[in-house]
Amino acid sequence: MDLLAFGKTGWGDELFVAALMTIAVSITAMLIGFIFALIFTPLKLSKNKFLNLIANSYTTVIRGVPELLVIYLFFFGGSGALMYVASIFGYYEYIEINAFITGSVAIGIISGAYSTEVFRGAIQSIDKGQFEASKVLGFKKHIHFFKIIMPQMLRLSIPNLSNVWQITLKDTSLISVTGLVEIMRQSYIAAGSTRDPLFFYSFAAVLYLALTFLSMQLINRLELKYNKGY
Amino acid sequence: MDIDLIITSFPKLIGGALITLKLLSASMFFGIFIGLFFAILRIRNNFLSKIAYAYSYIFRGTPLLVQIFIIYYGFAEIDLIRKTFLWEAFKEPYWCAIIAFALNTGAYTSEILRSAFETIKIGYIEAGKSLGISKKLIFYKIQIPIAIKQSLPAYGNEIILMLKGTSLASTVTLMDITGIAKYIISTTFKPIEVFIVAGSIYLFMTFIIHNVIKFLERKYSFNN
Repeated sequence: MDLLAFGKTGWGDELFVAALMTIAVSITAMLIGFIFALIFTPLKLSKNKFLNLIANSYTTVIRGVPELLVIYLFFFGGSGALMYVASIFGYYEYIEINAFITGSVAIGIISGAYSTEVFRGAIQSIDKGQFEASKVLGFKKHIHFFKIIMPQMLRLSIPNLSNVWQITLKDTSLISVTGLVEIMRQSYIAAGSTRDPLFFYSFAAVLYLALTFLSMQLINRLELKYNKGY
Repeated sequence: MDIDLIITSFPKLIGGALITLKLLSASMFFGIFIGLFFAILRIRNNFLSKIAYAYSYIFRGTPLLVQIFIIYYGFAEIDLIRKTFLWEAFKEPYWCAIIAFALNTGAYTSEILRSAFETIKIGYIEAGKSLGISKKLIFYKIQIPIAIKQSLPAYGNEIILMLKGTSLASTVTLMDITGIAKYIISTTFKPIEVFIVAGSIYLFMTFIIHNVIKFLERKYSFNN
């Protein structure tokens, strides 16, 4: 237990900060994922074949390729791509993107592919009458989407989004390969310097379990709240 | 775009595909027995079913990376493993990866099979009983085949998830597709080309698995 003491003698405070980092990356990635999902869900449901193709290639490729490979793509290619874009605008200095942003964007794009599928399923399971009614009542397009479809979509997607959240939370452990100090990386450092990997990796597992358990409690409460009227 | 690199890295990555497939098939093979074992424990509500639940909760609630690291780096600390024949398996990253993958997919498989067992219509079992078929035979000849049929779509997803999971073997020094891809990227600094080739190989595998499962689903559906 001395190993987990706070302060200079133990790894307690470092692991606590690392856990906060895991939470921060997960939430950022999840939000980036939502943005991607809100862009690609309409494309997926659109009647235009070309837009369908774009959205389907996004979800198929991302869900069919290992997360680690996507992370390597962003880790090794991220600053190169950004420098290329910057060079078009006449900026030729070296640009380094920090690990937090690279990691959140990589995981965010992955979680976005899953969220897209969730939102698509949710919209398709909304009663057809809702669409017709709002059309008949002559709502403007953005009011139709934001006030009628989206609230129902969100309610229907909460159970599946909680799965996406779990996947995203666990995927953040892979960012440790880029050197971002989250739970996994901190455990690796601690395991290396104390030569006690069994203890630190098991403790990392406990931290992840605690995070999934706590977030499930929160999500269940959210689900109850949004199902009040049903 | 460096077309030469795409052409030269393809055979190297295909070599890695062999290891990926070996890891996948071995872990799915062991995983299905582990999954079936724990799913059967979950049917009755007793102490053993609680253990089975804890197993599945722990392995589904923690990242696969942690599980591999515990088994590969952590278990070497335990004397019982280090000083016995078990060390033969646990000193090899290859076997450590397979053990971790099998235990992980076993947890998901047990959940898939459990829910399949639970959704079997009670009428099938009652029909068996009224025909005087023994409990054991009902289990092996009615419940298990129906459960397997019902869990095929979910199990197909699990195989694809595990295919992606095998990429983590590269973190314990194995040179699977992702391991080789990372090596090529870090020597050439051309991530996009390598990603296209490695990604296509993975997508091709996903495509094959997806279609095999679809074929099996059609073959074992009751309607034809």
